[in-house]
Amino acid sequence: MHELSIALSMIEGVLEESEKRGGMKVEAVHLRLGVFSGVDQQALDFSYGLACEGTQLEGSQLVIEKVPLLIYCPFCATERAAQSEQQLCCSICSTPAASIVQGQELEITALEIAA
Amino acid sequence: MNTRLVEVRQKVLKQNDLLARALREQFQDAGVYVTSLVSSPGSGKTTFLEKLLGRLAVENRVAALVGDLATDNDAARLARATSQVRQITTGTICHLDAQMVQNALNGWNLNDLDFLFIENVGNLVCPSSYDLGEDMRLVLLSATEGEDKPLKYPTIFNTADIAIITKMDMAEAAEFNLEEARRSIQSVRPGMQVFEVSAKTGRGMDEVVDFLTSKRSSARPVSIR
Ligand SMILES: Nc1nc2c(ncn2[C@@H]2O[C@H](COP(=O)(O)OP(=O)(O)OP(=O)(O)O)[C@@H](O)[C@H]2O)c(=O)[nH]1
Ligand SMILES: [Mg+2]
Ligand SMILES: [Zn+2]
Repeated sequence: MHELSIALSMIEGVLEESEKRGGMKVEAVHLRLGVFSGVDQQALDFSYGLACEGTQLEGSQLVIEKVPLLIYCPFCATERAAQSEQQLCCSICSTPAASIVQGQELEITALEIAA
Repeated sequence: MNTRLVEVRQKVLKQNDLLARALREQFQDAGVYVTSLVSSPGSGKTTFLEKLLGRLAVENRVAALVGDLATDNDAARLARATSQVRQITTGTICHLDAQMVQNALNGWNLNDLDFLFIENVGNLVCPSSYDLGEDMRLVLLSATEGEDKPLKYPTIFNTADIAIITKMDMAEAAEFNLEEARRSIQSVRPGMQVFEVSAKTGRGMDEVVDFLTSKRSSARPVSIR
């Protein structure tokens, strides 16, 4: 389980961003989490709460936006949903994916800061 | 209480990514080609690497870093093939990150190396999130662990460049279905190149040596060294 390491990196990043903005209390952290990021949502939720204890982020909320898997289909010549995580081919025409275009995200997108 | 929403855009692993990028540049400048290995515990990373190092060392200067939760057994085994081996003991951490790699390289002159290998901790989940600055990532899958591993761990197969099916000498005894394994790999990672090897009999090892040697010569042309 590496979600604790991920949570610690998140906290570091959030504190850095909040300091830049005057160090006000962060009430919530918004995260984009790709289904193909290698990070488990439940484990991250749990780890985040744990990792926040004793920091300025204690009690803050983690708001996760799940990002679905999109691939590039060379036959349709466009982005398409993948058939599944186990089948990286076009959901329309079944052509194998040329690349992954979305679903590997692991990024902080917004902070809710006390006004 | 009032709150305001402030937009930020920050990759959670920004620090690791930055460090990995710096390492990659350093490897490029020094002319060393860096390959990492990931697999589930016991798929045969150390055994494969020991044999690979032995073969490559005939004509190249080789070194290895090996991650392990607690022991230095793997480093001791690899030391039979090259004197340049360092252990990274990760303690409770189930993956290597770029910082650990950088620390472990301290004092080594990368200019004196042609190939560097990094054996990750045996784990098919956690290493997928961490770029180590390597040129090439190999994912190993042994003939004794089931054909559907790629379907269970599609993410790691997508962060790897090449798949190596190991312990092929055991395939028959384990009733390993090679075609099914290849299908699983292609399903989660279309177009992925696959090698079949046995570290025990040596089967397929020359192909891997030739492959890495040619990769190195195109990634590190002699003229810039
Ligand atoms: N028959 C056979 N056994 C092998 C082969 N490669 C590895 N083994 C055996 O598989 C076991 C595990 O091999 P290791 O090389 O230690 O595997 P590993 O992936 O480095 O293991 P961890 O570092 O603990 O994750 C050992 O008992 C090896 O002797 C092979 O090609 N054929
Ligand atoms: Mg090992
Ligand atoms: Zn299509």
